[in-house]
Amino acid sequence: MAKLHVSTTINGEPTEFLCEPSQSMLDVLRGPLGLTGSKEGCGSGDCGACTITLDGRLVCSCLVLAAEAQDREIRTIEGMAEGDRLHPLQQKFLEMAALQCGICTPGVLMAARTLLEQNPDPTETEARFWLAGNLCRCTGYDKIIRAVLDTAAEMREAAR
Amino acid sequence: MNRFTYARPADLAGALREIARDPGARFIAGGTNLVDLMKYDVERPTRLVDVTRLPGLDAIEETAAGGLRIGALVSNTAIAYDARIGRRYPLLASAVLAGASPQLRNAASTGGNLLQRTRCYYFYDAATPCNKREPGSGCPAIGGVNRIHAILGTSEHCIATHPSDMCVALAALEAVVQVAGPGGERAIPFAEFHRLPGDHPERDTTLCQDEIITAVELPPEGFAEHHTYLKLRDRLSYAFALVSVAAALELDGGRIARARIALGGVAHKPWRMPEAEAALAGQPAEAASFALAADRLLAGAQGHGHNDFKIDLARRAILRALSQAAAGTPQSQTDKRIR
Repeated sequence: MAKLHVSTTINGEPTEFLCEPSQSMLDVLRGPLGLTGSKEGCGSGDCGACTITLDGRLVCSCLVLAAEAQDREIRTIEGMAEGDRLHPLQQKFLEMAALQCGICTPGVLMAARTLLEQNPDPTETEARFWLAGNLCRCTGYDKIIRAVLDTAAEMREAAR
Repeated sequence: MNRFTYARPADLAGALREIARDPGARFIAGGTNLVDLMKYDVERPTRLVDVTRLPGLDAIEETAAGGLRIGALVSNTAIAYDARIGRRYPLLASAVLAGASPQLRNAASTGGNLLQRTRCYYFYDAATPCNKREPGSGCPAIGGVNRIHAILGTSEHCIATHPSDMCVALAALEAVVQVAGPGGERAIPFAEFHRLPGDHPERDTTLCQDEIITAVELPPEGFAEHHTYLKLRDRLSYAFALVSVAAALELDGGRIARARIALGGVAHKPWRMPEAEAALAGQPAEAASFALAADRLLAGAQGHGHNDFKIDLARRAILRALSQAAAGTPQSQTDKRIR
């Protein structure tokens, strides 16, 4: 079966790859493209560890066929820091130890960034609702939620 | 996952040609249920026809009748946060927000939501028999582990439930499903779109393999004043309904002028009983009337062991939902405390 040729943009860079119809975007990111920040937890859209954005929309890359990336714009956790400068969410997660094993962290950060872009001042209830698709089996979520709300407050302060 | 070919037609006519070429072909839009089922070897399409870029199917538009037409590719997120839907059909927005996660709502399409398959454990486990997956192989849920299964409209071949929240609201709103196929277009009333399992549990809907959903149309009446979507599940978020209730009332003073009630999590399709709704007309909007409606809706409900609790749970949920709707205090989907 012929491989499919896909042209897309990943973290701002024009990217081309070959894939099988059955490969997911996550397969191609972690395999041929070497972007292993996105994790595979469940592979069925339940855990959110593979969260990326596709044309700005938060999605599970394990449920996106790689072929569907044609002409789309993808962002992954690798594009979150600017060079050595961490995104405020990344910095805060380190400071507040809002992670333990770290498998869910890339997906949580991607989801939290989209939350703060759309709602710079979320309530705790709103933050928990927004992050419902990112499962964490270590932290019990409290540290994650506190880090997200603290970052939001800092970013609002910085934007004044 | 089995091997398959991939096609990306440019328009609706091309999509219908592609699907007609191969009886094993399936449309793919959001992929939020098809791709996971393919990974579990439950779905084994020979060809995937990617419809995500078909023009003209991704808008929410006014209809001549005064309702709204939701294109088949409109995402669950777009429905949930659309201002017109929020104002005129808040029951629908609420039901959509009761389900899944931001990631899945962003990807999931309106058409695909209607075509979701059951989350029955045995259906998902290709190593076990299942009449829905492999007709004639048997139903291990009957006499097996059946806590999440149906209590109404079951057959000796299948006791699976339909998993959608959105469809429960669409059933209560009496939406109409617009479909295109090789023979042209047709409209399917929502109550006739999903099937009961009967002798053919492998068929979830009345849609044919070579047809495509193009839109879901909402009639003008949206019950915006008195409605609720009450969803009860094992944890407070991100779980399928054990029981859910979409309730919509039109009140005339303290009396019910019109009622719509649809149940989720209890049957192979969103469960409605027009006689129970008609019997509420003219009755006072109070607990005694709601109890009579619950009795009628659940007449004939039968448990299968582990799910016996659903009969009482559904009864209480109907009472609570009708109280919420009558009071104009719909269930919040972010603050999930039930009042």
